[in-house]
Amino acid sequence: MGKKLLLEHLNVPGIQTLQVYREKGGYKSVEKALNQMTPEAIVEEVKKSGLRGRGGAGFPTGMKWSFLAKPEGKARYLVCNADESEPGTFKDRFLMEKIPHALIEGMITSSVALGANTAYIYVRGEYFYIIKILEKAIAEAYAAGWLGQNILGTGYNLDMYVQAGAGAYICGEETALLESLEGKRGNPRMKPPFPAIAGLYACPTVVNNVETIAAVVPIINMGGDEYAKIGVGKSTGTKLISAGGNINKPGVYEIDLGITVEEFLYSDEYCGGIANGKKLKACIPGGSSVPIVPGHLLLNTLAGEKRLMTYESLSDGGFVSGSMLGSGGFFVYDEDASIPYSLYTLARFYHHESCGQCSPCREGTGWLERILKRMVIDGQGKLSDIDLLAEVAKKIEGNTICPLGDAAAWPVAAAIRHFRHEFEWYVNNPHEVAKIKNGKLNAPIPHPLYEMV
Amino acid sequence: MSSINPTPAFSADTLEVVHSLIKRYPEGKHKSALLPILHLAQAEFGGWLSAPTMDYVATILNIQAIEVYEVASFYSMYNLKPVGKCLIELCHTAPCWLRGAEDIAGHLEKKLNIQFGETTPDGMFTLKRVECLGSCGTAPMFQCGAVFYEDLTNEKVDTILTDLRTANVQSSYVDSDTFRRN
Repeated sequence: MGKKLLLEHLNVPGIQTLQVYREKGGYKSVEKALNQMTPEAIVEEVKKSGLRGRGGAGFPTGMKWSFLAKPEGKARYLVCNADESEPGTFKDRFLMEKIPHALIEGMITSSVALGANTAYIYVRGEYFYIIKILEKAIAEAYAAGWLGQNILGTGYNLDMYVQAGAGAYICGEETALLESLEGKRGNPRMKPPFPAIAGLYACPTVVNNVETIAAVVPIINMGGDEYAKIGVGKSTGTKLISAGGNINKPGVYEIDLGITVEEFLYSDEYCGGIANGKKLKACIPGGSSVPIVPGHLLLNTLAGEKRLMTYESLSDGGFVSGSMLGSGGFFVYDEDASIPYSLYTLARFYHHESCGQCSPCREGTGWLERILKRMVIDGQGKLSDIDLLAEVAKKIEGNTICPLGDAAAWPVAAAIRHFRHEFEWYVNNPHEVAKIKNGKLNAPIPHPLYEMV
Repeated sequence: MSSINPTPAFSADTLEVVHSLIKRYPEGKHKSALLPILHLAQAEFGGWLSAPTMDYVATILNIQAIEVYEVASFYSMYNLKPVGKCLIELCHTAPCWLRGAEDIAGHLEKKLNIQFGETTPDGMFTLKRVECLGSCGTAPMFQCGAVFYEDLTNEKVDTILTDLRTANVQSSYVDSDTFRRN
């Protein structure tokens, strides 16, 4: 069993409260950061830890922090991205609900490092019950002197607030999030300037994911070098994986980066294998925006090596035969799940969530949805539609202000690359389409290229 | 369904919360409070945002009405039309679909005898399809107000609908305590 850094005390009764959290060693990283370390030293530890952004992009956190501009007389902000909306991802919600002080503590320690005196936690509006939990935890932290004026008598001041979103996937994109936090539509900004230079209220701002910020706590407590010993290569530390789809044990698991995908999927400690005795067809391992991979390429790379749960191994083979670790939203398709139908739900998702600023994304995602609908719902697809889908996707990719366009395009390319025969089946069997109940095939579509595993 | 209130006004209790929200941002940046205030307005004025409600919010923040409209029309949680007492928001994105969301969708339509996008004639239930609610590990699921109903089966749905009907309360994401720190 791997080390548990974030979820070590998950099952301790009362761990939601500051008192119990403190009894279990909580807020030590704040004491260490304020009493024994300079802000630069904290940033240095985070750099040494190799921590990479846990929201999906995987950018090195310490480097992101070091970009923060520090002009005289200008406020700096730390903003936590708790807008978790990447389909398949529910780890941040889990962490905030179960151990809210892990996030608050990480926010304080990180704010010390960045020299921020105000910090916001932007939570998606659908998670209002989580917002209540966070408000309560923040109130406890204020009452105990961990927030407010002159924290631990060091002269350091920090105010922390929760901000509620109102239903918009795009607000997970950091500049859209900042727009939303300023009370506007969530339209992503042109970059540069990056938030590190001009973010919230045009002030230098760092935006980090919930899990990233929570990971700062063990890094400061154990030291960056110790943290970096966990994992493989540039994938250091532990990662929360949201496991869902057709598996026996859906849920949130903290893994050491570097365990095999096979162990994660089949061991009883984690997913517990495919549900209902079915076979594995495919998996989206890092949230809906990353490429879908067929079972055999999920478990092994094209070169036949065992695939690991790391940033590098999951992307081995690029988009031709690999995928990405992304947000760790790992959802599994059994032999009966229709890949074209799945793609239809994702195209519908991206169309709905496109902010509408850039025409390739606004119009292109609509095209994708409509073509897929006529194919998998109405049974009126044409063979030429398959290439049309790929072409529309290609024209969205790279032609938009923010990555939502890419996120809409990638799943299309991968689904067609690996499962073209299923799209052809829909086109060639229009009378069967109506009989398929809810995208669950009555029998697997025969696969000409590889066996299901 | 609530009728349009021509002159909406927050209760004294909610106004206190509104003013505390405005203080969370630097001076001159009070527009940041718009999203949470719209949530409070929707909860207090019948579960949706009418034009008079939005105009009222604009006066509170001393911003143009159009600034409120453009935000209210962007985010999916603001209802710009009246909804039933219980707004049932079923997630239908891929991870929920894999675990049977469409079966639950069919059951809800049959049970309530309405389609998604419609409200029951008694004004009790509105059915709405929504995108990923971050509940993939406990799918299928729907949200009603701030409550997540998870690991749904047809039988569970029946019980929930009966309970909601009995409770007979306007579903809401927030109440005036949501943003209070005590």
